[in-house]
Amino acid sequence: MMKLYSRIKPLTNTNLTKRFLAKISDNPNIPNALRSGLIFLKKNNERMPLPSGFHSYFIFDENHLSDKNFGNVFLLPPEFNYLANDDIAVINPEKSAVKILFRKNSPFNSILVTENCNNFCLMCSQPPRNINDRYLINEILSMIPLISPTATEIGITGGEPTLLGEDLVTMFKRFKACLPNTAIHVLTNGRNFTNTNLVKNIASVVHPDLMFGIPLYSDVPSIHDYVVQAKNAYNETLKGIINLKSLNQKVEIRVVIHKQTYQRLPQLAEFITRNLLFVDHVALMGLEMMGFTKANIDSLWIDPADYQSELVEAVKILDRFRMNISIYNHQLCLLDKSLWRFAKKSISDWKNEYMPECSGCSIKSECGGFFSSAHYKYSKHIQAIV
Amino acid sequence: MSEARLKFQPLSSYESKENTPYKLLPFNFTHLDSNRYVLTNLAGEYLVLTKHELDLLISKKLPIGTINYNNLIAKNFIYDQSSDVAINLIALKFRTKKSFLSEFTSLHLFVVSLRCDHSCPYCQVSRQNVDTSQFDMTKETANKGIAFAFKSPSRSLKFEFQGGESLLNFQLIKYIVLTVEERNKIENRDIQFVIATNLVFISDEILSFCNEHKVLISTSLDGPEDLHNKNRPRPGKNSHQLTIQGINKVREALGPQSVSALMTTTKASLTRVKDVIDEYITQGFNSIFLRPLSPYGFAIKTKSYKKYDTQEWLKFYFEGLAYIIEINKSGHYFAEQYASIILSKMYTPTEPGYVDLQSPAGIGISAIVFNYNGDVYASDEARMLAEMKDETFKLGNLDNNSYEEIIGSDKLLDVLEQTMSESVPGCSECAFQPYCGSDPVFHHATQNDMVGNKPNSFFCHKNMEVFKHLVRLMEDPDTRKILLDWVRC
Repeated sequence: MMKLYSRIKPLTNTNLTKRFLAKISDNPNIPNALRSGLIFLKKNNERMPLPSGFHSYFIFDENHLSDKNFGNVFLLPPEFNYLANDDIAVINPEKSAVKILFRKNSPFNSILVTENCNNFCLMCSQPPRNINDRYLINEILSMIPLISPTATEIGITGGEPTLLGEDLVTMFKRFKACLPNTAIHVLTNGRNFTNTNLVKNIASVVHPDLMFGIPLYSDVPSIHDYVVQAKNAYNETLKGIINLKSLNQKVEIRVVIHKQTYQRLPQLAEFITRNLLFVDHVALMGLEMMGFTKANIDSLWIDPADYQSELVEAVKILDRFRMNISIYNHQLCLLDKSLWRFAKKSISDWKNEYMPECSGCSIKSECGGFFSSAHYKYSKHIQAIV
Repeated sequence: MSEARLKFQPLSSYESKENTPYKLLPFNFTHLDSNRYVLTNLAGEYLVLTKHELDLLISKKLPIGTINYNNLIAKNFIYDQSSDVAINLIALKFRTKKSFLSEFTSLHLFVVSLRCDHSCPYCQVSRQNVDTSQFDMTKETANKGIAFAFKSPSRSLKFEFQGGESLLNFQLIKYIVLTVEERNKIENRDIQFVIATNLVFISDEILSFCNEHKVLISTSLDGPEDLHNKNRPRPGKNSHQLTIQGINKVREALGPQSVSALMTTTKASLTRVKDVIDEYITQGFNSIFLRPLSPYGFAIKTKSYKKYDTQEWLKFYFEGLAYIIEINKSGHYFAEQYASIILSKMYTPTEPGYVDLQSPAGIGISAIVFNYNGDVYASDEARMLAEMKDETFKLGNLDNNSYEEIIGSDKLLDVLEQTMSESVPGCSECAFQPYCGSDPVFHHATQNDMVGNKPNSFFCHKNMEVFKHLVRLMEDPDTRKILLDWVRC
């Protein structure tokens, strides 16, 4: 797993009083006028003096620090050697920590906009916290202009992003203004889209490529509500989806397959074709062994090999209606061959791994592999295809 | 994490409370067999329940969380405390099913000539001799028909050329195609052209025109040579040979999917359903439309219509369907189109748009017919009826009446109002109402009543049996897979 967050050691005096978010530059010759807003990244270990004028400095080898006159010089753990020019980081002086917010060379950048949530899903990989993190909004708004305009897609995640209300609309406006060619993909439970004003305001941004990924775990209200541990969730999620589509917003249905959802997967597929044929994408996803999943493992785990017949039937139903379908987080050796054409390599690069069984597999390069967290538990049926 | 674990609640705490029963949404039910019922909601979703289960459902004693309970709630037959989105969904689905109505008339049939070389006893038209050109449509009439068609709000317009034998007046077809294309440079609609023809007069010149203007061909094929020639006599007794030659020529020139065929079932066909199907497979078709005779035109004059009854027809149809399913089980895709239309109504949220199975009736608003002399009819069958001196469904004439006069005429509006099967006696409470429709011309012709008395209606009897048969067939998993492949999504 790639490290995106770590404590860092200040090597010189620091004058940071609050969180500092900035773009990283490895160019020692960048115009002086720009330097005070940048973090300088010294990647090589040559005994070279640090260039003057940068706000902060990231280095990997304190032995080669010849000049201790500059403030805000931090020692990064070696795992951060992937950092590159135009990446974005935030330094938290309170905890003496760094978090990498954007990697220019990765197609998998996502922004956590709040840790609050109005669902409490059995298998949440990012358990919600009831804290005040409204400060993140301004931080993100100031970060958007720093993001490389070559970014193809950025994910918005939480918590529940729609808890930001109108601030989320402000964010979409800024994305459209600064990054008109970047697709925005929002992970939301959709419940707050029962608020038609919020949906109208989002629609009026006329963002060129904005998609809402919304989970629907069952065609039966009580089962969905149980999985997300919230009463009225099914009711609000479906009304939210209808509101979004009635204003032509793009919607993706996301289904995590586990012990509570696999049995009615074909019925859910039929429900989608019957009621939600207008959605833009359906993603059928494997379980991630993170967060609450571990706590609820007994009521969630089923070997993916054991739900292939339900998955095949569900995909067949959706495909018959020519819906746009993807299967995420499933290893090819577990999937029925008829499903291979739907399998996507979807796991973010920083948490994507392969198991010892995979060595020698002839289709490893086409396979999406595992979440790093799968070391905790994965299918007994994983085998190299030779 | 242990603190979090305590917060998780069991499934039962998200289910409706035992003491607050679920509510029923509108649905109908009809006997399937001695102990079972078919239930359908407004959007045509269906379930089969035993009598006991139906009693429990209606008396609100169905146990929460059972498979039946979950299926009924997911298909919007009931809803409970957990969610009332079912009301939004059923409204949305009903609107979707009826959305074709706002599109209005798409199919415009031009009877370009009544002349024909064939003398089929079941023909719906009073055909005229090949050389009597006073039964051809004129350019003036065609122009008015084209102007009429472009008044339709429909985004897609289909122009179908009929006869008689339409190719006996190919010059007019050519004129209409070119005029429509010219007009469409401004209108920008989706245009489709189809020539219905017996293919006797197909020529390289015609084919090259069809190729250039993407004109499709529809023809008649009644079965193997002996049966086809018996059903479709012409001088030379070679209709089958000419039809097959024509089909192959068309495929060669326009591509394999450019020609479709329709069959008509006569008394002579009744024992030959496998032969008919085999003929379609031999000739490279991937589907067949098993169609009964219509009670119009020559069919009644020559008494061919009364030559078999509903039971005989159903026996023929079900035998054919079983044979086709066997063919599919052997690994060869082949569909029956009537079943395909009904299955599409049962298994998709949209309407396949089949004129004879619509509510209100499809006459006038789905298809409209311009006779060679400018008379406007609500359907092809209405034209046949007029040939028998019954002008009940003649809406006007292109020379004398405007689009508004014809489409807004009481004649048409009254029929439409009477053919909303949602409110028709015998239909409004039928579980198969979402799959069925109204055929006012048929009921007028057979019962002298547009609505018709359903217990005595061949239309009703036939369709009820077909619906029930399909519901039963869907219960076998292997057959189900095949039939779902016929669904047009």
